[in-house]
Amino acid sequence: MELTVNGNQIQVPNTVKTVAGLLQHFKLHHKVVIVERNAEILEQAKHTETLIFDKDKIELVHFVGGG
Amino acid sequence: MNGRYSRQELFAPIGTEGQAKLRNKHVLIIGAGALGTGSAEMLVRAGIGKISIADRDYVEWSNLQRQQLYTEEEAEQRTPKAIAAKKRLKAINSEVEISCHVMDVSVEELERLVENVDLILDASDNFDIRMIINDISQKHRIPWIYSACVGSYGISYTIIPGETPCLNCLLENVPMGGVTCDTVGIISPAVQMVISFQMSEALKILVEDSLHLRNKLVSFDLWKNHHSSINVDKIKKADCPSCGTDRSYPYLSFSKQTKTAVLCGRDTVQISPSQPMERDLESLDKALSRQQGKVLRNPYLLSFSTAEHRLVIFKDGRVLIHGTKSISEAKTLYHRYLG
Ligand SMILES: [Zn+2]
Repeated sequence: MELTVNGNQIQVPNTVKTVAGLLQHFKLHHKVVIVERNAEILEQAKHTETLIFDKDKIELVHFVGGG
Repeated sequence: MNGRYSRQELFAPIGTEGQAKLRNKHVLIIGAGALGTGSAEMLVRAGIGKISIADRDYVEWSNLQRQQLYTEEEAEQRTPKAIAAKKRLKAINSEVEISCHVMDVSVEELERLVENVDLILDASDNFDIRMIINDISQKHRIPWIYSACVGSYGISYTIIPGETPCLNCLLENVPMGGVTCDTVGIISPAVQMVISFQMSEALKILVEDSLHLRNKLVSFDLWKNHHSSINVDKIKKADCPSCGTDRSYPYLSFSKQTKTAVLCGRDTVQISPSQPMERDLESLDKALSRQQGKVLRNPYLLSFSTAEHRLVIFKDGRVLIHGTKSISEAKTLYHRYLG
């Protein structure tokens, strides 16, 4: 499946079916991440149930602490 | 008049009017590391009225690659960062009032520091203090700018009380055990990029041009060539305990703060996290194994020894820091290795 993630077109395996799965794929599942799917912000509680589809536009922003 | 601000005054959105406003403003910077030194230098060169800087640390050799106010001599002398920063900032612009505080900032300290402050800049290295800044900002209605970076990645968000969501709305809970500059490193372009995002917003707030605020959560990775900018207005929660209608400022109460205790006669400080948590000892093992030091792990705890200290990290979140009686040194080590 082809997705646009943070502006870059990438291929992800079809085993990735949900937003939570995508975060796992990017090894971001232990982090606090704000996810926008097709210009819509998703609450963290919705990550597991929200499905993703071919050609979706995803923005991922994870919080870091350094400074 | 020697024209030192002429190029900034020629910039129409600031002008002489904006410059005069800037001259009357007071900014508090929490942290004098990479972000704090960069932001402080820009503000001082720009002709801010007053800045206050608080930091608990001293200058080390590993800071010099990116912390722009410090010198080899200060690393040699282990000069407190707040002192070293003030010296350099005074030399850059003697017209600016600079107040420096060598202190470990927590609730009581911050309550005192925010008096007559127009803007708080986050240049800290951990979320414990950021959640406190967030509550104080809401309580006193002072805007603040969250900023952070690690590796080649950076992030920033401007929080305006009464308008934007707050950090508590965005995070829902405090991130734990994230990567830190001391475990995965940091390159200075990432630092400078975050400073640029933070300072542009700071200037807009200080010259009172709120119409041009970015109003988006911005993040980037300069090595992977990513950039993201998203509107998070919808995340503002009416029932947020920090900014909602029935707010309680949870991070200003003792129970939510990271607790520290010097263990009697043991040259050890114990640090307990602000909320119950389970540490992922396996990933910690991986991260710390890349450091100068020795890692030992069993199912219940991980021990990490450096030349001078030993950190014992328990699965239940507690950390013992052996080899110091100083709470501020212990906190520095805690946040250095555990985020
Ligand atoms: Zn809030």
